[in-house]
Amino acid sequence: MQQVFKRPESLKDVQTHFCPGCHHGTIHRLVADAMDFFGVQQKTIGVASVGCSVFLYGYFDIDVVEAPHGRAPAVATGVKRARPDNFVFTYQGDGDLAAIGTAEIIHAANRGEDMTVIFVNNTTYGMTGGQMAPTTLVGQKTSTSPYGRDRSKDGSPIRMAEVMAQLGGVAYTARVAVDSPRHVLEAKKVMREAFRYQVEGKGFSFVEVLSACPTNWGMNPLAANARVAEEMIPYFPLGVFKKEEGA
Amino acid sequence: MGAIEAGCRYYFGYPITPQSDIPEYLSRELPKLSGEFIQAESEIGAINMVLGASACGARAMTSSSSPGISLKQEGISYMAGAELPGVIVNISRSGPGLGGIDASQSDYFQAVKGGGHGGYHIPVLAPNSVQEMYDLTMHAFDLADLYRTPVMVLGDSVVGQMKEALVPNPRPSRELPDKGWAVRGKGGAEQRVVKSLFLGDGELEAHNWRLHAKYQVMKEKECISQEYRSEDAELLVVGFGSVSRIAHTAVSMAREEGLKVGLFRPVTLFPFPEKAIAEAAGRAKRVLVIELNTGQMVEDVRLSVGGGATVSFYGRPPGAASLPSPEELFEVIKKQY
Repeated sequence: MQQVFKRPESLKDVQTHFCPGCHHGTIHRLVADAMDFFGVQQKTIGVASVGCSVFLYGYFDIDVVEAPHGRAPAVATGVKRARPDNFVFTYQGDGDLAAIGTAEIIHAANRGEDMTVIFVNNTTYGMTGGQMAPTTLVGQKTSTSPYGRDRSKDGSPIRMAEVMAQLGGVAYTARVAVDSPRHVLEAKKVMREAFRYQVEGKGFSFVEVLSACPTNWGMNPLAANARVAEEMIPYFPLGVFKKEEGA
Repeated sequence: MGAIEAGCRYYFGYPITPQSDIPEYLSRELPKLSGEFIQAESEIGAINMVLGASACGARAMTSSSSPGISLKQEGISYMAGAELPGVIVNISRSGPGLGGIDASQSDYFQAVKGGGHGGYHIPVLAPNSVQEMYDLTMHAFDLADLYRTPVMVLGDSVVGQMKEALVPNPRPSRELPDKGWAVRGKGGAEQRVVKSLFLGDGELEAHNWRLHAKYQVMKEKECISQEYRSEDAELLVVGFGSVSRIAHTAVSMAREEGLKVGLFRPVTLFPFPEKAIAEAAGRAKRVLVIELNTGQMVEDVRLSVGGGATVSFYGRPPGAASLPSPEELFEVIKKQY
């Protein structure tokens, strides 16, 4: 009998702490799959950010550096410059990357650092209890926008994958979702493509992943999954926004 | 130059007066040595690049001046927590706020009491000459690796910008431990994680006690101080950094007048040379602390000498033309004598 589906080598054989219906587990798996695909697990250095994803060293069987909130792209810059032959990625949430860490992500991307950034957008601060994030949709109620996000006071949700496309140093930027088997398969291809850019030394690559946070959205996993398709994708369209082989 | 001599090949910084000579020099020199120079997007970006390079085991540094050092405190705290080496040069200016660019010692508290959150300490070295900027920068890299800690070299615009003779005398590095903790990609070995988050039962308390024990070892082994004519002194003048140069001249003037005055100069501000200063102060019975602020190090002097001597203070907080002349300090000495 042949085993056709198994846990990626780059993931540890442990249970995660993530809530039921959270998409971090699926996204971790896709990242691990891409590491396995290119055989880079043994030379990968991951940079963990602050938020629910900080524990990634507990799940990925790789060397990891923990960064202060929002600073992962700067930490990863130091890592990559010191060890240019290693594979380096950051894994950051929306509060981390699109609010407190905007300076770090914009400039690491603009310098064209040879690294890959995984950006998990679930429209809320998960770890701290569901506060308003820079990606919170207009009208969305959170613990710090109890009347719903008000465009006139809170601004509009930031589309980071598109912002990245404007920067000269970015070679590849895309947005994917993992709410359906079809989207997961597409996300797997995109993740591998983003990794390929770094493996081949082609510059900065960025993957935004739309993710569900049932606990802080106050929804059951199925309803949260449906919200990704019905509310998030219409505002955060899926696709590849830039693809430059020679960046 | 001291940094390059110490084998540092990674510099990350951001422009701010009066320390921009450092990034300007290293942006020219490091590429010749296959090193990396990045002008970061901010002081915060720069210290985190140091954190990343250091986590890989590389000797890395940044430099800045007071407002920029405030921004770096987050990263310094994380590095102290994750026990990462690194050198931070602070050519401090005056404050609070934007303040001015005059020579100032108003950041003594920030430097030696742990400027960021979490109750840590880092070694702080206070050079008073160009030669010492060079020598102590090399020493800072050794201390950083030996104790796995960020180290600060604290100067001001006087030592940061003056020109004087320098003898390049690279000294052999101390015997340093292997950096087995550094990330490099597993390469078939055990996973390495560089972190400052400890959520396990009792983990963080144990971590804090371990850091505390490290600070005690530093206090025991790493204090540096200098004394000038303190053996028979009846008044001991205490000053660090640039002001110790002026005080030195003032003490010489006093000696010429037949006054028994000596100078004590802490070179390490953390660990503070408590024992050495207590001994010298105990002999003199009277101490005069001089600082370019309204009184900061004087608190550590009082704690160190206890009841062994009376301690007075003379300070000139920074501002245009507030750097005291030797004559001015001589007058203060005469009054206290």
